Amino acid sequence: MSRVRVLVGTRKGAFLLSSDGKREKWDVSGPHFAGWEIYHVKGSPADPNRLYASQTSGWFGQIIQRSDDGGKTWFQPGTPPGEPTTAPDGMPKGESNKFVYDTSAETGKPLTTHQFYDGTQHPWEFKRVWHLEPSHSDPDTVFAGVEDAALFRSTDGGVSWHELAGLRGHGTGPKWQPGAGGMCLHTIIQDPKNPNRIYIAISAAGAFRTDDRGKTWRPINRGLRSQYIPDPEAEVGHCVHHVAFHPSRPDVLFMQKHWDVMRSDNGGDSWHEVSGDLPSDFGFVIDVHAHEPETIYVVPIKSDGEHFVPDGKLRVYRSRSGGNEWEPLTNGLPQRDCYVNVLRDAMAVDSLDSCGVYFGTTGGQVYASSDAGDSWNPIVRDLPAVLSVEVQTLP
Amino acid sequence: MIRVILPPHLRALARVNGEVVLEVEGHATLHSALDALEASYPMLRGTIRDHVTQQRRPFLRFFACSEDLSHEPPDFPLPDAVVAGDEPLLLVGAIAGG
Repeated sequence: MSRVRVLVGTRKGAFLLSSDGKREKWDVSGPHFAGWEIYHVKGSPADPNRLYASQTSGWFGQIIQRSDDGGKTWFQPGTPPGEPTTAPDGMPKGESNKFVYDTSAETGKPLTTHQFYDGTQHPWEFKRVWHLEPSHSDPDTVFAGVEDAALFRSTDGGVSWHELAGLRGHGTGPKWQPGAGGMCLHTIIQDPKNPNRIYIAISAAGAFRTDDRGKTWRPINRGLRSQYIPDPEAEVGHCVHHVAFHPSRPDVLFMQKHWDVMRSDNGGDSWHEVSGDLPSDFGFVIDVHAHEPETIYVVPIKSDGEHFVPDGKLRVYRSRSGGNEWEPLTNGLPQRDCYVNVLRDAMAVDSLDSCGVYFGTTGGQVYASSDAGDSWNPIVRDLPAVLSVEVQTLP
Repeated sequence: MIRVILPPHLRALARVNGEVVLEVEGHATLHSALDALEASYPMLRGTIRDHVTQQRRPFLRFFACSEDLSHEPPDFPLPDAVVAGDEPLLLVGAIAGG
């Protein structure tokens, strides 16, 4: 019987929530890396026991953790437990937390500044990894989206990281600027049908696409309209919060922008708004049903100044028409005195026959629906603020 | 022999419980002591000093013999009592909360 494992990153550690296919009874493991901010945990599609975690701290910087046994044990790549911590030549091993921007003329171009909050130019400074995206086919290949915004890749299981510098170097970088959460690259989508194509998104720069495995990139923001920037239809500068797609239709993208829910039917070449009858089109998460490519989910948030759900009601909104027409999903969710937020990486779907949907809140609840959103139950209620939720469907 | 006391989160990363003991050739400096620490515990690289600039991370401080060494240059010689192993070198994280 299939199982699911929900990977939860929080402000104070990681938690793994496991259940059988019924998704009624849950085992909770954690906190792993207690006391550290865990921005993201994700499993490899090619080897479900291979997990990667981004562990970060204002005091001690960035750590990458890896598990090869489904989260039972963890280590920093490069220094497996029990092995010598130095190489035969005496050099220390393991620099899995070394993210150094590529400034070489050949690959990255010596790009040194981006726009800061006050409009001045500011040097690129590595702060943390927001998102880890393992390869579909190789457990040792994983992408990292970082702040200040850049895309890194490891091909040795997270031991070492190298920037795909064509993204920062393609020309619009000096116009990128940080959102309130920092200038983060938070979304990485690999096209399962075309290994040359990758989509990424940055807050606040927009969405970008490569069609040559990351060598060259171009902005894909036509149709986005953002009133909060000097040119609302600028090529870059849009605060994209998250982008999702269905693997069967990699050219169809759904975006939760700062304000506006958007859709593209041509790989991001153009976008149109599908906010429709949502009570607010501000929000962070967006995701797609595992078996119905036109069924999408968002969690409306009141506004950019009030990062909580409208009217004290926690409501997931589902569209079965790819946007515009939305229905509130409230069964099992608090409908009074609720003022939580759901952050951009904190929703995921499983691929069981009856699609499971999961999301975590800044109030520490992780909710699960085993019937595609019709009803919800909390798996846990009192975790630290949830930063990210991923789910693995296991045999 | 240099004794180093790490903050709790770094002890967890290094998988040690108490003090860390290091051998450093010659009269140890801040720089050589940290080099020896990172050589023995490579999982700590980047957590105390920036990978590239080798600058102390802003929320960490270095103390020994009741003296604040945080702003001393990298080649600052550690006090004799630290080099002799009588006193530890303390790595202290800034207080959080409040």
